Amino acid sequence: MKETIEKNSIKYQELLRKYINTQDEKALYDLELISKAFIKKNILPEELINLHIQAMENIYPQLMDEYKLSMEFLLEATVFYGLALQEVDYLRQEKNVLTAEISVAANMQKTLLGTQKPERNGVDIGVISVPAHQMNGDYHHFTAGSNGTIGIAIADVIGKGIPAALCMSMIKYAIDSYPEATMSPNKVLENLNRVVERNIDSSMFITMCYAHYLPMESKLRLSSAGHEPGYIYRAETEEFEEIRTKGIVLGVMPDAEYREYELNINKDDLIIFLTDGVSECRDGDRFIETEELLEVIRKYIDLPAQELVDNVYQYFEKLQDFQLRDDFTLIVLRKEV
Amino acid sequence: MTEGVIMNLSVRINEDSNLKVLEVSGEIDAYTAPELKESLMPLVKESGKQIEVDLEDVQYMDSTGLGVFVSALKASKESGSHFTLKNVQERVCRIFEITGLSEIIDIKAAIRGGNE
Repeated sequence: MKETIEKNSIKYQELLRKYINTQDEKALYDLELISKAFIKKNILPEELINLHIQAMENIYPQLMDEYKLSMEFLLEATVFYGLALQEVDYLRQEKNVLTAEISVAANMQKTLLGTQKPERNGVDIGVISVPAHQMNGDYHHFTAGSNGTIGIAIADVIGKGIPAALCMSMIKYAIDSYPEATMSPNKVLENLNRVVERNIDSSMFITMCYAHYLPMESKLRLSSAGHEPGYIYRAETEEFEEIRTKGIVLGVMPDAEYREYELNINKDDLIIFLTDGVSECRDGDRFIETEELLEVIRKYIDLPAQELVDNVYQYFEKLQDFQLRDDFTLIVLRKEV
Repeated sequence: MTEGVIMNLSVRINEDSNLKVLEVSGEIDAYTAPELKESLMPLVKESGKQIEVDLEDVQYMDSTGLGVFVSALKASKESGSHFTLKNVQERVCRIFEITGLSEIIDIKAAIRGGNE
């Protein structure tokens, strides 16, 4: 640092002299290089002023005392800018440390909460889950039971970021401990509700939909804990049908009970689950309504399931002024036979 | 403008009765919810109080806002106070219905078309 100042002090003086005599723009350009070198070495602004004072005294030994005093005054004023700069630098370093830590946590979360999309004949599944920030407060999970049953869980923790993500690990381990194939969707939610109610902060809750898709019987059984309604696209009528369910969010009532719903699924029907990050998307000041989302799904309805969800997300991502305010998860499941 | 929307809160206290009215306006989201919580929680923690939260000027609320009312509900059960949400706009009302919270929180929806 001292070296940089010394190295540049003569140069500064020469540039200053040149500029005063000729007002040559080239001197300004060279000055910029000195400033940049100083910034790079974290040299404080008062050092630059000091350099200026010395240079002026060397070039004009007969300077007025008033001028010299005024420069001392200016020097004093810049001291505080220097302190603020040092603080910014410190904060920047600290931010880098935090960002690195969060990215480690986000990777760990991906590993912990990872789930495999079941590959089964006769059913085509597509899923996309995009966090608004680094950590995802949405959760989805697939299980492959006996006789071809597929279990689908989709959940959204209130809020986003780290607290939401931590909460999701709890749900995942609770579900893992259930004998899933034998447990009906409403029982899964009732059990989870007790776990969540006992273990989370009073202002937090989780919305969740839990479903079993039974390919042999061509049925979907599901229960919902206050989750955004899902939809079924009926291939025969080419219409979307809202899956109307009732049930309170997890974590609010200790002894909540959930109803189980059963729906018939026919060939080429598409089952759609989503989180409210999807329906709370915004395009500038405008909310994207569910109807619009369904129309976008309709646009890509002939694509394989994974391409369908990828295209839907890309469609919204491309909107002007689009901002993801919340984590975004969309799951679709098509009965192929 | 979607960033930096400032939520204004005003508390009007009716001295004649035991009823307190909290008027909320703006958007309730992760940034503004703490402000709502700070105003609402002390009211519901007082035992035996009747509180009305007027949401007439709230057009948008996300799940963080719901979290504030869930906290308030739990606190009011403990203290024996009671709170009602009134003039709840359609969009906001819908998320109380989806989450099932409308079954356990006392909600009066805004009259449709009345405030449009």
